[in-house]
Amino acid sequence: MGFLSEIKVQKLKKYYENVKAVDGIDLEIKNGELIVLLGPSGCGKTTTLRCIAGLEVPTEGNIFFDDKEVTHLTPSDRNVGMVFQFYALYPHLRVRDNITFPLRAQRVPRSQIEEKLKQVVSIFQLENLLKRKARDLPPGDQQRVALARAIVRDPKVLLLDEPLSALDEKFREEMRSELGSLQKRIGITTIYVTHDQREAMALGDVIVVMKEGEIIQKGSPEELYEHPNSVFVGHFLGTPGMNFVNGQYTNGKILIDGTDLILPIENQSLKEKLRLYQEKLLIIGIRPEYIEIQQDGNKEGTLPLKVIAIEPAGRFRLVDFLLGEKIIRSRINWSFSIREDQIIQLKFREDKICIFDRHTEEALIS
Amino acid sequence: MNEKNRDQYIMKRHYGISDQTFKLLFILPSLFILLFLIGYPFATLIRSSFYSFSVLRTATAPKFVGVKNYTFILKDAFTWGRFLFTGKFVIINVAVQFLLGVGIAYLLQKNFKGRGAILTIILMPMMLCPVVVGLFWKYMLNTDWGIVNYILQLFGLPKVEWLAKEAVSVYSVILVDTWMWTPFMILLALAAFTAIPRYLYEAAEIDRASSWFKFWNITIPLSAPVLIIALLFRLIDSLKMFDLVYTLTGGGPGSATQTLSFDLYKRAFQYFYTGEASAYGIILLMVIISLSLVFIRYLNRLAAQNSGR
Repeated sequence: MGFLSEIKVQKLKKYYENVKAVDGIDLEIKNGELIVLLGPSGCGKTTTLRCIAGLEVPTEGNIFFDDKEVTHLTPSDRNVGMVFQFYALYPHLRVRDNITFPLRAQRVPRSQIEEKLKQVVSIFQLENLLKRKARDLPPGDQQRVALARAIVRDPKVLLLDEPLSALDEKFREEMRSELGSLQKRIGITTIYVTHDQREAMALGDVIVVMKEGEIIQKGSPEELYEHPNSVFVGHFLGTPGMNFVNGQYTNGKILIDGTDLILPIENQSLKEKLRLYQEKLLIIGIRPEYIEIQQDGNKEGTLPLKVIAIEPAGRFRLVDFLLGEKIIRSRINWSFSIREDQIIQLKFREDKICIFDRHTEEALIS
Repeated sequence: MNEKNRDQYIMKRHYGISDQTFKLLFILPSLFILLFLIGYPFATLIRSSFYSFSVLRTATAPKFVGVKNYTFILKDAFTWGRFLFTGKFVIINVAVQFLLGVGIAYLLQKNFKGRGAILTIILMPMMLCPVVVGLFWKYMLNTDWGIVNYILQLFGLPKVEWLAKEAVSVYSVILVDTWMWTPFMILLALAAFTAIPRYLYEAAEIDRASSWFKFWNITIPLSAPVLIIALLFRLIDSLKMFDLVYTLTGGGPGSATQTLSFDLYKRAFQYFYTGEASAYGIILLMVIISLSLVFIRYLNRLAAQNSGR
């Protein structure tokens, strides 16, 4: 299908009276790519999407589709397909008329309408729903109809605004993978807005993490996960998110604030890098799965921490340790027997440690 | 205290009155008032419609005539003329008000500066007393010294005999009724329009629908139930049209603007043919009820569709 399109967003700003919803965003989305705008509610991700759709006029900045400026074009002049958060199906119309609405609005000849309808109906398996009223459908079906309506006229770009948030957990995961494979199959340039980092990690070719109207970091899911550029990203991605402890580096070891615990560093390259930040106030970040149990009784380079809670989570257990006054969460498999109040020797994987500046909360080493 | 004891305790506290009796006690007073104000007069109306009788001549005993009053009215060519006239009046009147109302409401949907003020001004005619409206329009439409003709003359146009010419007077009545009651249509249409969620229009915008397409495929179907209620109100009101005709034209010239209600009024309170007028009233009531039923049935169907059953 012929809807490839490259999107460029330059210095996009959208202010509502005193609120800066979007505050200077630059984005480039390549043909056929699925990009996820991720962030907590109120971070400006939906506003950005609505600006790209043409539903909002930006205060400043430009938007280009294939090098053609569209900043001030109406949605219908941009040729975008969109799925709204609560689908926005036409409640009084049958499924069939909902899907053909964009075609009828453009006065597409009837025979072509039938043909297109047949195509999308088979993609989304909607054969049995065609005669039902949109308002009578359960959310999952509504979502499929909304997707069918969005792509039936081969738009240049597909915009998805939290398309899965109205579904229940189990179904959400199913639809997530379905959505991902569909996007790959038809190869449409897609912008996907969500506040759910798992959705973002599962779907995105590129993830753009936003906060307070600005982009914090963009990159592949792996890049963002392993090398967060800030405490915010480290905390926001992952279930549970990254652990943080305050500390300082001196002479090959990290002193952890508020405790008499010492974390010796053996990894040469990490040592090398840390030397630049001697005596600086740091935040040390470590992901739950990179906390390991030292079994052989060798206490060198380990932290003895007390278990305060254990929560089974499928293949793993989430085990909470107390470090000073902070809780450190780790993912530990079932092969160790652990009980509450036990003191366990823990080791942080040094190649996975991230170091942040305590004032700016930006990454120094990650 | 076990359960049974407690139940008995509660019963005692309520002086042994059951919920049913309690409800009835609340309803009874209004039921009596209703019976007195509607039931009794209506029964009397039906009874007197079968008698030859005039309230002015109480000395003459009412004479039972069966359905003669009804057959007389239904055979009367003049009455049929009134039926036709009223039908024409209702259709034009309601159509004009509906189209104007929906159109203006559509324009007023968008938020713009001064919208509130304009809306208030537009709604004012509806709040006036019909007799007052009739009287001041009568003066404004006066052929010789009314302001309407004065303005026409300023533009070099000839005077129009608004209320004195048969062909024109009907439209004068429609004009005044439209002036007064279009606001009602506007108000209801506006309420219906604003109840339609904005995201549907956004979705339609994304779907590249023109304003025209959006209007016919979203606005109208989703506001239909309210619009039909508004139509029903105007229809019933127009069928009963009396006050404006009475004050504006007095039914004239000749009998040109006599609606059914006006005809009924004349028979009842100018000629005092009480029995005949009673039958007339019942016929009129039947017409209004059956027309309303058509609308209500349609409305129910819409409601059923909308609830998706």
